[in-house]
Amino acid sequence: MLEHFSHIVTVFLLVAGLFIIVARGNLIKKLVGLSILQTSVYLLYIAPGKLLGGTAPILAPQFSIYSNPLPHVLILTAIVVGVATLALGLALAVRIREAYGSIEEDEILALDRAEDPA
Amino acid sequence: MALSVLMLMRMRNLFAVIVLFGIYSFLMATVLVALDAVDVAMTEAAVGAGVSTVLLLGALHLCKSREAKPAHRPWLPLAVALSTGLVLVYGAMGLPDFADPLSPIHRHVVPRYLQNEVQVPNVVTAVLASFRGYDTLGETTVVFTAGVGIIALLRRRKKPVAVGCAETLFALYVQFHGDFGPGGGFQAGVIVAAAMVFHALIFGADTARRVVPDWLVETMLAAGVLLYAGVGVAGLLLGGNFLDYFVLDVDPVHGQHRGIFWVEVGVATTVSGVMLKIFYMFASRDDANGESEQ
Amino acid sequence: MSLALHLPALQVVLPLISAPLAVLLRHGGLAFATVTAAAWTAFACAIGLWLQIGQAEGGVISYAIGNWPPPWGIEYRVDRLASFVLLLVSGMAALVLPWSRASIEREIPRDLHYLYYAMFGLCLTGLLGITITGDAFNIFVFLEISSLSSYVLIALGRDRRALTAAYQYLIMGSIGATFIVIGIGFLYLMTGTLNLADMALRIREVENTRPVLVALAFLTVGISLKLALFPLHQWLPSAYTYAPSAVTAFLAATATKVSVYVLIRFYFTVFGESLVFDKLPLPQIMLWLSLIAMFGASAIAIFQDNLKRLFAYSSVGQVGYITLGLSFDSVNGLTASIVHLFNHGIAKGAIFLLIGGLVIGMAKAGAVPPAPTFDRLAGLAKRMPLTSFGIVIGGLSLIGVPGTVGFVSKWYLIVAALEKDQFWLVGAILLSSLLAVAYVWRFVEVAYFRAPPVGQEARCEAPLALLLPAWLLVIATIWFGLDTSLTVGSALDAAQQMVKSGR
Repeated sequence: MLEHFSHIVTVFLLVAGLFIIVARGNLIKKLVGLSILQTSVYLLYIAPGKLLGGTAPILAPQFSIYSNPLPHVLILTAIVVGVATLALGLALAVRIREAYGSIEEDEILALDRAEDPA
Repeated sequence: MALSVLMLMRMRNLFAVIVLFGIYSFLMATVLVALDAVDVAMTEAAVGAGVSTVLLLGALHLCKSREAKPAHRPWLPLAVALSTGLVLVYGAMGLPDFADPLSPIHRHVVPRYLQNEVQVPNVVTAVLASFRGYDTLGETTVVFTAGVGIIALLRRRKKPVAVGCAETLFALYVQFHGDFGPGGGFQAGVIVAAAMVFHALIFGADTARRVVPDWLVETMLAAGVLLYAGVGVAGLLLGGNFLDYFVLDVDPVHGQHRGIFWVEVGVATTVSGVMLKIFYMFASRDDANGESEQ
Repeated sequence: MSLALHLPALQVVLPLISAPLAVLLRHGGLAFATVTAAAWTAFACAIGLWLQIGQAEGGVISYAIGNWPPPWGIEYRVDRLASFVLLLVSGMAALVLPWSRASIEREIPRDLHYLYYAMFGLCLTGLLGITITGDAFNIFVFLEISSLSSYVLIALGRDRRALTAAYQYLIMGSIGATFIVIGIGFLYLMTGTLNLADMALRIREVENTRPVLVALAFLTVGISLKLALFPLHQWLPSAYTYAPSAVTAFLAATATKVSVYVLIRFYFTVFGESLVFDKLPLPQIMLWLSLIAMFGASAIAIFQDNLKRLFAYSSVGQVGYITLGLSFDSVNGLTASIVHLFNHGIAKGAIFLLIGGLVIGMAKAGAVPPAPTFDRLAGLAKRMPLTSFGIVIGGLSLIGVPGTVGFVSKWYLIVAALEKDQFWLVGAILLSSLLAVAYVWRFVEVAYFRAPPVGQEARCEAPLALLLPAWLLVIATIWFGLDTSLTVGSALDAAQQMVKSGR
């Protein structure tokens, strides 16, 4: 069980993130959930790249075992993509707040329905 | 870490949620250091705990809202989330063991990266900027897309008159960014932006805008991507493939270094441009709102 | 340097460079010129690649970016299917961009025009990048470029509901993308490589392990979110309804199609046919979801009052036909999917362009165009004969009337169904076409058999700049309906290549 501990954390974060997104109606809270969902992926990629007795992949003569650098590169990209999505989502939330006066999903839906019954 | 996420789910005070999210990101960064992923940890600390928190606070400041009580029982979402989790558990049980040196990811592809053909000690940088440089070009483009998208979404028709920015926002921003050493183009870009914001904090955002006006910021954001792509095209023109750094100099290794350097400059330019722009956008939005409410 | 050798790189890099240039120029007209020029050269590149594929050994062109050989570097890999999709995407962009110049005048504030073009260029870059790349993680990166830019493009719509539609799409799209990353992560952990071709070789050793099956599940769900497979389609109707007309036309014709392409790529190139179709009940699930989409979404479409929303639901239904073809697991089924991907792209593109023209023609000069609801469309055929007629032809293609492209796709679907002795499916395909008859008839009835409202009898045909590109596509729906050598020929080649690589 211990060797899979990191995966358990991954799964927990994924479930929590997904739950926040689907269950919560606040637009900003949903985006927080989305960020947590995205961070769950980091561990999935990086934890298996670790080697016991290894060190960070910065080459130096005194070390011989290094952790796998490729997942690090991929996750660097994923982090940046994640923050870009978050920024865009927040900008949308700000615009929605200005247009509707609310960032609660239920209230917005009610406003839409009042305007257009179809 | 799990605790902070659990509390995060329960809380309805959005400010507390955001602070908890910042703490969570720092914890995540610590875990990443423990896993030897120093570059990733640094970025996660800067981006997750820093930039994200500032962005969230900025948006919260503009929205001024407390989360409403959920109207319906969350059983269905819980079921969806849990079943996804179960599928993941099912798959994860079959993965190679933790820290197993014989697993495929350690035997295939990676050994060549560790041979250090490019002669850059930080292998992450070598892979990021050279072997998989094209991904990084894409990543820079994603940042650029977000920046331009935010300009398109938040642009004001009229110029904001007085700028009385939320000081806390500045302070937090600088606090989170001032103390990170350069670890690559991305971090460097964040620092440049932080310096500018610091300047704005002391002399007022108006002065900052005069030093680095909007048009210059927009130029920066585009120029970075162009510089990166330009390095790629230079490779083409000199007879290599796209993004081929070997041909940039007589000595291939030196060419690699030159390519990596300019590419990193491109990333830094775009990233700092986008950060500044987003900051300007949120700041000017704030004034406009304040005026309309008065 | 020889230009011909570098076509794969230029294909994507030119639109990519055009976007920051458009931002630098800060001028609507210049930005338009830059991005349109890039789109046209991209189209030329796609044609060039399509010609090269015919002569290339094994029908595959490989291009090592940065001169790092795969799997260490990122590889661009063009095969017949990729080149076919590249043609569709860049061709649609080349048509829609000139069209959008006249339409966004009315729909988007002038000082945002250059940003609109930059976003359009980025969206095109993303879609082309997804199609051409041979690297799993690179797919994700370019997927995000195209997604982020399309969220912004949708949010540029005038109606405030465009904002909520874009937000909804952002949430759904990001969940989809995260699922795709998880799927790719599992594959990477099991094979140690990110290059798709290399992955396909190495996956054979670990074929039946749990992580590979879970990767398949996550990729399928993630991509299905993106391609709006029923029941994961909720984001699509609102997004298509409230986005600016040009954006709707472009996304409807390309974005979901590229997602289908990614699905085919993973199923056939990486996992291989036997794994996907024999080990899991996936064909059955996909068959039933497709049928529900074909009937459910088309039925919902009948009851819509907004013409854009009606055809958006019809898109969800039409995606059902594409995935139905996939579920057959045969060369003919795959051919039907690929042909329909192309055919539905041009027919829907034509319809949405015409609706855009219609909306603008109806608005008074300078006013914000109204929503195309049925009560405003009465007697349209008298006021805009060309537009109405074009929409009817597009509609006929959705139904699958002989002489239009829709017929060709449905013909191959039926052939594939007969091949498997599934006679009841033939009935289902025909029956679901009747639903399309119903919603197209609603338009015909309102436009041709109702008198226009008093005081609005005057002709107000859409401007020529809007009609011309749209009618080019309408003619294409008939042309490719009669002469199928290009479309079916390419699709058949592509399907054979895919199925062979999957074995």
